[in-house]
Formats: sequence, C-alpha cells, structure tokens
Amino acid sequence: MDEIFGIPAPLLFGQLLLGLINGAFYAMLSLGLAVIFGLLNIINFTHGAQFMMGAFVAWMLLNWLGLGYWWALLLAPLIVGLSGVIIERTMISRLYKLDHLYGLLLTFGIGLIIEGVFRNYFGSSGLPYRPPAELQGGWDLGFMFMPVYRFWVVVFSLVVCLATWLMIEKTRLGAYLRAATENAALVQAFGVNVPRLITLTYGFGVALAALAGVLAAPIYSVNPQMGTNLIIIVFAVVVIGGMGSILGSVLTGFGLGVVEGLTRVFWPEASATVIFVIMAIVLVTRPAGLFGRA
Amino acid sequence: MADALADLPIAAQEGASPLLAVRGLEAWYGESHVLHGVTLDVHEGEVVTLLGRNGAGKTTTLRSIMGLVPKRSGSVHYAGRELIGARSDAIARAGIAYCPEERGIFASLDVTENLMLPPVVRPGGLPLETIYELFPNLKERARSQGTKLSGGEQQMLAIARILRTGAKLLLLDEPSEGLAPVIVQQIGRTIRELKQRGFTVLLVEQNFRFAQTVADRHYVMEHGKVVDMVRNEDLNASMDRLHEYLGV
Ligand SMILES: Nc1ncnc2c1ncn2[C@@H]1O[C@H](COP(=O)(O)OP(=O)(O)O)[C@@H](O)[C@H]1O
Ligand SMILES: [Mg+2]
Repeated sequence: MDEIFGIPAPLLFGQLLLGLINGAFYAMLSLGLAVIFGLLNIINFTHGAQFMMGAFVAWMLLNWLGLGYWWALLLAPLIVGLSGVIIERTMISRLYKLDHLYGLLLTFGIGLIIEGVFRNYFGSSGLPYRPPAELQGGWDLGFMFMPVYRFWVVVFSLVVCLATWLMIEKTRLGAYLRAATENAALVQAFGVNVPRLITLTYGFGVALAALAGVLAAPIYSVNPQMGTNLIIIVFAVVVIGGMGSILGSVLTGFGLGVVEGLTRVFWPEASATVIFVIMAIVLVTRPAGLFGRA
Repeated sequence: MADALADLPIAAQEGASPLLAVRGLEAWYGESHVLHGVTLDVHEGEVVTLLGRNGAGKTTTLRSIMGLVPKRSGSVHYAGRELIGARSDAIARAGIAYCPEERGIFASLDVTENLMLPPVVRPGGLPLETIYELFPNLKERARSQGTKLSGGEQQMLAIARILRTGAKLLLLDEPSEGLAPVIVQQIGRTIRELKQRGFTVLLVEQNFRFAQTVADRHYVMEHGKVVDMVRNEDLNASMDRLHEYLGV
C-alpha cells in the first residue's frame, strides 16, 4: 500500500485528512449560517468576523487571563455569542420588516468594522496559539502520520454538528425553531416568545462560528483576516448544500472539504477553484442546492 | 339594519360581564382599512359564530383579537384585561387560542410534534389521553409528517393542539371549510363536546346550517362591521334576513 493510483499513500491520506479538517470548518460555519438563515432570513455576513473573534478571544483568554484552550472552548463561544445577541437586539432586529438585502448589507458592514478594529489593535501578521499539551504530538499509523490535534478537530466538530442536529430535530426547542422557520407569526400566537427565540438563534449561530474559531486557532495563525478567507468558501458551501438545510450544510461541508483535498492531489492547480466550479454547476442544475427545498 | 343593531343586548347580556368584549375594533392591512368598528361579546361557556360573506372581515376579526394584525385600534377586553396593544404571545398566554383558516400545520414537524407545539399557558387544558379519545386518528398517525395528513385530519390536528394549552377561549376559523360532510359532522360533535367541557368558542363560519348545529348565538358581519345578532333559537324565524346577508 505504498501507492494508490500512482500517488504515494502518505500524500493521498495527508490531503484527505487536510480535506476533512477544512471540511470540519466548512461544516460548522455553514451550519451556523443555515440555522440563522432559516429563522432570520438573513445571510449573516458577519460570520467570518465572528469566527475570527472566537480565535482572538481564545488568544486573549490565554495571554491576558492565563485561561487555556479548554476554558477558551467554553468561554469564547459564550462571549462572542453574547456579542451576537447584542448585535441582533440593537441592530439586526430593526431590519426584519425591510427587504432581506438590508440585513445582508448591515451584517457585511458590521463584519468589516470588526475586522478593521482587530487589525488596528493586533496588526495583520498573526499571533501564535499552541494546542494544549494533551492534544500535541501525533500517531504513526503506518501509512501516514496523524497529528492528534487534527484528529481532535475532526471528531469534535462532528460531535458538535451531530449535537446541533439532534437539538434541532429532536427537542422541543428545536420544534419551536423549525415551526418558527415555517410560520413565525403563528408560533408566536401560540404563546412562544418568538423575538427571544430569534435572538437566541442568532447568538447560537454566532457561538458556533466562534467555537470553530477556537478550534482553528492552533492550526491557522490567529489573524484578523482568517475569517474573510474562509467565509467566501463557506458561502459557496452553503449555496451548494442549499440555504437553510441543516443536515445538508453539514454533509456538504465535509464532502466539499474532501473533494478539495483530493483535487489538491490529482490536479493541484484546480484545488482553489473546484468548490466554485461545483457551485456554478449546482446553481445551474439545482438552484435550490443539493439538499434545499425548491 | 342600524335599528336591528341598536336592539342588541350587547353590553349587558344577563348581567354577567362577558369573557370577551370587543368594542369598536378597527384594523388595517397596510393602507387598506378592513375592520370598521367591530363590536361583539362572548360569554363564558358560549359558542358564538361570526357569519358573513367572503371578504366581510371575519378572519381579520379573529386575527385582530389574536394580535396578528399589526395595525389595529379599539378595545379587546378578555377576562378583565385589555389586550388591544398586547403582543400575540402575551394574548395567547392570557388564555386565548387560535386555529387559523389555513390550519397552519407545520410540514417540518410530525403529528405529535405539531400536537405538542403550543406551550401550556395555564393549568386546566385537556390531558393528552382525552385528546386522543376525541381524535383517535392522531394517535395512529403520530409519526407522519404533519402535512401528509388528509384535510380532515389536519383540521382535527389544528383543533386538537390548542386544547392542551389551558386556553379557555378558542377562536376557530372555518373548521368545516372544504371538508366532506361526515368530517363536518365529526367537527360539529367535537365543538359540542368542547362546549360541554367548559370551553368558550368564537367560531367563524360561512355555512350557517353547520353553525346552527353548534352555536348559541350568531353575529353577522358585512363590510368590516357586525350588522346583526341572532340567537340560535330564533334562527329559523330569521332565515329570510340571513339569506339576504349571506347571499345564499
Ligand atoms: N393580508 C391581507 N392584505 C390585504 N388585504 C387583506 C389581507 N387579508 C384580507 N384582506 C382583505 O380584507 C378583507 C377582509 O378579509 P377577511 O377578513 O379574510 O374576510 P373573511 O374572513 O370574512 O372572508 C377582504 O377585503 C380581503 O381582501
Ligand atoms: Mg376568512
């Protein structure tokens, strides 16, 4: 098993793993976007900045307060999610009666402001963040070297996506969410505080982005642009999977990560564009996305 | 017509204060003024219908009581509280439940999830076993997607889910609409059963033969106003008048 299709096995598996890692981020980020879009009907263009904030909050917790990775995993989503709650209450909620385009413009603007502020304070060169001691090192699997931290990222994000899916599909709160996505006015007329549900949903989607940011901190350097680069691909993932489909965004996220990794092996020049090519094909043949309802 | 209205014992029927008192209710959709001062009473334990032609404003009246029409004025007094400015979730929590004309069954929820969706707002709702006794089909189809049910079953589900919540006043918008006669009879039996169990019902209907089998009183609406009120026992004597209002 040294070569597969003429490709050295370590290279193939290495790229597959890299694809899964990227897929894990695509999945978590597009999941948050899908949850927000489903209920708020707003494409949250602040999502990349909120992912970046998650990584920065992890860095600040460590360097300013001495709180390590495990604390960051808990606190950064809470802190950034709370900032999302404030943004929704004070700004986004004023736009629900207007065309969705305004929500898009607003969240895009907020994202630019947040990035600008971070660039101003931290520069754009990037700050180091090391994984915790428990997750350093790696295993020699024979056919490839598996860094523990990367394995952790894939498993953890799978668990987060599964837990989110279960919460939406199997709990009472999830039933409110699904019902309000269909007909918010009627759910409110049953006595559910829908404005609060919307606020919490936005906060939850933002917290997911921040959680992905914490996971990303030890892999990518922590810098103000880290979200911008990723989020463009994530929007393509969301379009391919189908706006608002929960399971679709998770499967598409991981799937496209793997496709991208394989492309890097077999046709490296195309790896940066393959997702956008797929997006174009899907838009032409299935405009609602692979998992979307037309 | 104005005379007929003046004779109505609207405010002080039998001395008791009504559970629901609607006074001078006006409502707008955007610029279009749809309700022009609706006034009606519903007493505790009564089944009262709103009759009227298509477009008379019956649905809008229920939606305005429920707080679902953003621009409204006048007074909606329920169980000692003024609700005209309240949000619809607060109105639901005050004890009013709504079954919309389009039924509002959720496609992304199965039958049980649809049934369990409305939160309990106060004690005294029907227990689940009783609801399944009233609507045995819902138990058989518990795991089906809500919108995969037949029209009649969806209507049963739409009524069933608001019985659990402890709401005392039920606003039902044309539950008989578009259903086969057997199903309409079943819905009639259900409404009489609900009355016996102490629910108060404000029922929108176009079919006054059906209304006659369930109601104590009937209000007639025209052009966004209540123009007449008929007690059920006087219904047959008032047939000519009603035929004129309803154009049947
Ligand atoms: N969403 C809406 N937007 C604008 N006009 C509406 C809307 N819903 C109803 N109307 C108008 O309000 C009037 C009353 O409608 P409605 O209350 O549905 O009557 P009914 O239930 O008695 O048939 C009608 O003229 C109808 O065209
Ligand atoms: Mg109607």
